[in-house]
Amino acid sequence: MMDVLGFDFMQNALAAGLLASLICGVIGSLVVVNRIVFISGGIAHASYGGVGLAFILGLPVLPVTSAFTVCMALIMALVTLRARERVDTVIGVIWAAGMAMGIILLDFTPGYNVDLMSYLFGSILAVPRSDLWLMAGLAAVVIALVLVFYRGFMVMSFDEEFARSRGVPVNFLYILLIVMVGLSVVMIIRVVGLILVIALLTIPPFIAERRTRSLRVMMIVSTVLSGIFTVSGLMISYALDITSGASIIAVAAVGFFISLLIPQKTA
Amino acid sequence: MAEPVVDIQGLNYSPDGLPVLKNVDLRIERGDYLAVLGPNGGGKSTLLKLMLGLVRPDGGTIRVLGLRPGDAGGRIGYLPQHTEVASSFPITVLEAVCMGTVRPGFRGMSGRHSKIDHEKARQALKKVDMLDAQGRSLARLSGGQKQRVFIARALVDSPELLLLDEPTASVDSASRTALFTLLNELNKDMTVIMVSHDISSLASGVKSVACVNRTLHFHKAPEITDDMFTMTYGGAGDQCCPVELVTHGHVPHRVLAPHEQADAVSTSDEGGDS
Repeated sequence: MMDVLGFDFMQNALAAGLLASLICGVIGSLVVVNRIVFISGGIAHASYGGVGLAFILGLPVLPVTSAFTVCMALIMALVTLRARERVDTVIGVIWAAGMAMGIILLDFTPGYNVDLMSYLFGSILAVPRSDLWLMAGLAAVVIALVLVFYRGFMVMSFDEEFARSRGVPVNFLYILLIVMVGLSVVMIIRVVGLILVIALLTIPPFIAERRTRSLRVMMIVSTVLSGIFTVSGLMISYALDITSGASIIAVAAVGFFISLLIPQKTA
Repeated sequence: MAEPVVDIQGLNYSPDGLPVLKNVDLRIERGDYLAVLGPNGGGKSTLLKLMLGLVRPDGGTIRVLGLRPGDAGGRIGYLPQHTEVASSFPITVLEAVCMGTVRPGFRGMSGRHSKIDHEKARQALKKVDMLDAQGRSLARLSGGQKQRVFIARALVDSPELLLLDEPTASVDSASRTALFTLLNELNKDMTVIMVSHDISSLASGVKSVACVNRTLHFHKAPEITDDMFTMTYGGAGDQCCPVELVTHGHVPHRVLAPHEQADAVSTSDEGGDS
């Protein structure tokens, strides 16, 4: 089993999985405590429009998708801040429209077409080294921003109205958070697919939230759990020769159900 | 003369064209202890939110501590009505109270809570008699205990102005008496504005009363008036009898003269005194 670690692609896959775990552990915790899982799902799906745009324009995929996704994320953030009562509808529309736009644009693109499946489940076993550096860079930026504004994020996530009453720039923090979600999602989708992104953003923080007493520890526990799910999922996919993305999600889902059976933290 | 803590003139607030507050004037002096009474949906909480800059008025001016609403955040302690805390948010009681020490603007957003913050938080918890629970997970507390923790959060930073929205909600009667004693104590150092739909909260050393039901009537002294009954309980002599509430408290059975303005809420002429 260990000899598999000798392969370049496996080393890259493990590194990508661990970097994704780090980003998802930190951002996912904020997503869960701020209850913006639905927005994050919307951002992840809408980003497909950016992929289509990049292909039809013949431009590099990553920058175009990032820019497109951040735009969509900003629209959702502004709708959330302005018209709270219609938020879920608007997100649902952007979610579906972005995805449809991506598919239509790819239909119009002559020649090679991206396989939708690889976008949904990613191709963690085919991650190039350059992507690893991008992910590492993003992870560093995300962690630095969260550390710098940690207290603000904590106060906002805990009680937004109170945070506003104290003069904490909640709108700034909220938009920053949504943009970070957008960038993280784009970066990770290329590697692990958008279904896995949502799974990693939500399952480990959900398990961690009920067993920790601070946001900081919740982030650390989520990261470790993501790492465990990713690595064991990869190993299982290799051993059984099954799709790696789906295997990782299956492990996370099993972890989720086991966590429901184990008693929560005591007072 | 000292600058008023809150100075509201000609305030109108009507989101989506529905008037919530109409032509409100209010001037609160330093050291006051104001109870804001009125029926649910009458605009009491909105008035606090307008003072905090959480919602914007459609007309009129508001000055709080001499500043525009929202600019004096670091000098105000606030207890929101429904603290929309995710019940599972991972935090200890002590850290939750520490959040009340966050500074406004970008300066306050970085770093961790200092030793001083923790010490302040312990003192605030002591005041609401929750010090023993400091290390516990907030999610595990009862509604009344959480309410006391949030009151501690409101006063942890020794604000000049304390805004409390229904502080006695879900607090049992023993804690309620303790809370009123505490508010009296705090009132020596800070101006207190307390929103309540419960007229018996007047029993507690309140210095003045504002009745809010779209319009606002200010009473210099905390006597219970007919008007307060009608505003709070929907009309004197209605099916809801307020007498019981009064006799259970220590409220003097006195009645002020009705509002002289024509726009006063129509008070029935038999009078609602007990």
